[in-house]
Amino acid sequence: MSGSTDDIETLIDLMAKLPGLGPRSARRAVLHLIRKRSLLLSPLSDMMSRVAVSARECLNCGNIGTSDICDICESEKRATGELCVVEDVADLWAMERSGVFKGRYHVLGGTLSALDAVGPEELRIPRLLDRVVSEEITEVILALNATVDGQTTAHYIADQLQGRVKLTSLAQGVPIGGELDYLDDGTITAALRARKEL
Amino acid sequence: MEWRDHGILLTTRRHGETGAIIDVLTQDHGRHAGIVRGGASRKMAPILQPGAQLDLIWRARLEDHLGSYQAEPLRSRAVSAFSGRLALSGLNAVTALLSFAVPEREPHPDLYKRTEQLLDLLEQEEIWPLAYLRWEVALLDELGFGLDLDRCAVTGTREGLIYVSPKSGRAVSREGAGEWADRLLPLPPVLRGEGSAPDEEVVLALKTTGYFLDTKLAKSLGNRPVPDARSRFIDTFTRRI
Repeated sequence: MSGSTDDIETLIDLMAKLPGLGPRSARRAVLHLIRKRSLLLSPLSDMMSRVAVSARECLNCGNIGTSDICDICESEKRATGELCVVEDVADLWAMERSGVFKGRYHVLGGTLSALDAVGPEELRIPRLLDRVVSEEITEVILALNATVDGQTTAHYIADQLQGRVKLTSLAQGVPIGGELDYLDDGTITAALRARKEL
Repeated sequence: MEWRDHGILLTTRRHGETGAIIDVLTQDHGRHAGIVRGGASRKMAPILQPGAQLDLIWRARLEDHLGSYQAEPLRSRAVSAFSGRLALSGLNAVTALLSFAVPEREPHPDLYKRTEQLLDLLEQEEIWPLAYLRWEVALLDELGFGLDLDRCAVTGTREGLIYVSPKSGRAVSREGAGEWADRLLPLPPVLRGEGSAPDEEVVLALKTTGYFLDTKLAKSLGNRPVPDARSRFIDTFTRRI
């Protein structure tokens, strides 16, 4: 490609680094943006510049927002005494999409991992212990992934908070719309063990 | 290059958006890594959890390449591990120690068999710590740091063995210890496969095996620290007593 298109090539290379995009799909996306210059490209560019400056982690819970304390932590309505502990911001957003949980969150920023040498100090566990006291939390919901690392982290936190607060975790079992035939053995076993009376 | 084997999954690490690099203790090919294409997918991620028993086909152009795995589940141990703190911390200790200590691509069929038997006992919390102790002794033995607990290193007697020499890993009797007794490690009967194996003795025995893991095995691996997962397991076990 000629030198006059270097910027576009650079843009394509950058877009190709986004999750879910490869070089081919990045090329299509860039072409689409250029064709919709005023409708998409300019607003997107402006917004990305603004977010690049303003996006930051909430100092209280680790959520991503545009102020030092996020909207969820600021909201008085969400001071229900319930605190939902999640691994990552993506998990927080998933919980928020469901609209079921009305309390506040705490984002750990990962899980304990021997392989990656991630210990309690690398996560926001000390801050969580402080919040339980300062925000008068009555229940901590451990909404961590059903993986070995996720559950190891959940048990570690439970040990730290034992006797100080009510501790609960998410149920494990058949997902909505799930067909038994397609489920792995572990999920079926967990679902059967957690069966309930109708 | 292609082979088929059974293996126990030790670690999974994401590779790119959809792939995963897994580290597996196989029956005939030792600890062996490889890529699983689509290993991070919704279908494969629940299968590729530490402790899972897998049927594996490994393919690579050359033997020293990383290669790729095709993995089919034989037995999931995640639910057993999630059944309690001790099971989960025990599984973490076993997989972390194997990843830490076993050299890559060096077959250890006996260790594989023992590990498989140990992990199948995960939900039996009453006997698991004792089984783990026996496995750890076997691990030391398999890797060249075995304990010789049959007779006293000083007097040759088979009676009254209550110490282990931290230098040689050999048993020492009360008489043989003499004035060196305070420098020797404890040898509880459970470490020799004797007695009723109360939990307190198992903890004591784990301190002795831990000494050899720290000072002999870890030293031979470039002084890397033994994974924290082991001490977390022992903490969990000690709290239960």
